[in-house]
Amino acid sequence: MTDTPTKVIVDCSTGESTIVPLTAEELAQRETDRLAYEAQEATRLAAEEAKETAKASANAKLKALGLTDSEIAAITS
Amino acid sequence: MTMTLIQTKTLASQAASIEFTSIPQDGTDLLVLTALRNSTPSTGWADALVRPNGATTNLTSIALYGTGSTAGSLPNSTDIYHQAVNGGSTSNTFSNSTIYITNYTASNAKSITVDTVTEQNTTLALAAITRGLWNNTAAITSLTIVPTANNFEGGSTISLYKITKGTDGIVVVS
Repeated sequence: MTDTPTKVIVDCSTGESTIVPLTAEELAQRETDRLAYEAQEATRLAAEEAKETAKASANAKLKALGLTDSEIAAITS
Repeated sequence: MTMTLIQTKTLASQAASIEFTSIPQDGTDLLVLTALRNSTPSTGWADALVRPNGATTNLTSIALYGTGSTAGSLPNSTDIYHQAVNGGSTSNTFSNSTIYITNYTASNAKSITVDTVTEQNTTLALAAITRGLWNNTAAITSLTIVPTANNFEGGSTISLYKITKGTDGIVVVS
């Protein structure tokens, strides 16, 4: 049996803290949040990978034109 | 202008979220300082969502970020978030963030800005700025910080301050 995740509630009017299990609604939202984050991260990482791939391709084409690494760095950074 | 600590909370053990309730309504802006660590066992980070009044709708944000190897942007998110360093990172490291919410009792949309840096002793670290809006006219009476994966680790700390406008131009920290 898996323990239900708990949240900490801090009452600013009293300073008291309580620990309570998440409700069914909060557990469902937690799963929604997890899936949304995973999708966002997948999109971000795919964009970064595509950018790196394009960069490598561009560098290869510049080298094929006869540019040295230092010359490529001079015009791309 | 005065800056007053409302409450600070350091987790004694893992928690799935931290919620501040009954936020006093006599301030102008809210400032939240967070030091967070997520329980996810890998390196890197996980997002931590900022939810005024527990809201999950009418939230939008854009972000710019840089890591140890790249920089980028995240446009048009439907949440307002910052980042918590993951549990597989260097021991005893936490992310550090500031969250600023303007005119939190006003009956108009609330602007929320977040600055974050994760901490660990490798190049895999993150710095990010997020600019968000909660398009709701309700006064903010509670604020919830929620991880998008697993839990916040014990030792994570969140401090909530209120900024009260004044005419003397002096900030007093009490």
